[in-house]
Amino acid sequence: MTGAALDMGRYAASVWPAYAASAAGFAWMIIDTLVRARRARRAVETLESDRRARDPKT
Amino acid sequence: MIATLANPLKFMAFSRWAAPALGVVAAILIGWGLALGLAAPPDYQQGETVRIMFVHVPAAWVSMLAYACLGAASFVSLVFRHALADAAARAVAPLGAMFTAMALITGSLWGRPMWGAWWVWGDARLVSVLVLFLLFVGYIALRASIEDEVKAARAAEILALIGLINLPVIKFSVNWWNTLHQGESIMRAGGSTLAPVYLLPLLLVGAGYSAAFGALWLARTRGEVWRRRGASLTLQAALS
Repeated sequence: MTGAALDMGRYAASVWPAYAASAAGFAWMIIDTLVRARRARRAVETLESDRRARDPKT
Repeated sequence: MIATLANPLKFMAFSRWAAPALGVVAAILIGWGLALGLAAPPDYQQGETVRIMFVHVPAAWVSMLAYACLGAASFVSLVFRHALADAAARAVAPLGAMFTAMALITGSLWGRPMWGAWWVWGDARLVSVLVLFLLFVGYIALRASIEDEVKAARAAEILALIGLINLPVIKFSVNWWNTLHQGESIMRAGGSTLAPVYLLPLLLVGAGYSAAFGALWLARTRGEVWRRRGASLTLQAALS
């Protein structure tokens, strides 16, 4: 992609913030989703290992 | 396929590989579409602002798709008392809210240079999309405000189903009322009026956004399943 393709002229103040807002939205969705899923999975792993320690039959 | 995925164990096995696979597909399609979109010539009327369309329109499409998914999952949960459907409904609402916010913000950034206004309260398309955003936020707030998770789910599901009426309002608002917003130019009878040089990148980014939504929804539903499993284990530990 050439530099000319990235030159938005007098509309740069509208185009780039729109792309930045979209990128920020995706970044939030990806980070929040992964952090929540990882935190929940680790909590389950801890609880299951505690349960196994209390009652090895389970 | 849907019947298979309704089984939580099968869903977890499927989503474990499907979520990252969809994420890779999304990254390729969005990157390809945006590269073509940035290389396309400026529009003769809109100039360079036409490039906002490549992030605005897909976000608006996916916001409506997300609400349709919220409505479908809420219906299955309400009628069949299906726990995985409820987890999926809870997981999709924040994604829908964010895609709607992205559509509103990028639309506003386009409206300022083209219409001379960030926002027009009299425009039915703008206001109906704002209502969509408030429905997502209302759903999240309602679930958070009731301590009993079952009661919270039932109340939020009813709100989600009532809100479905807003989807045809958004879709046909540009036909039913005189608005500043452009009329239908892509999904219309007689074919698209958009030039191919803009249509191809738009469809690629639209497919990419849809794939990203699918990946995030699967990953978020997985997280919700883990959270519920954790709550169940905590309760069992407390009772034992």
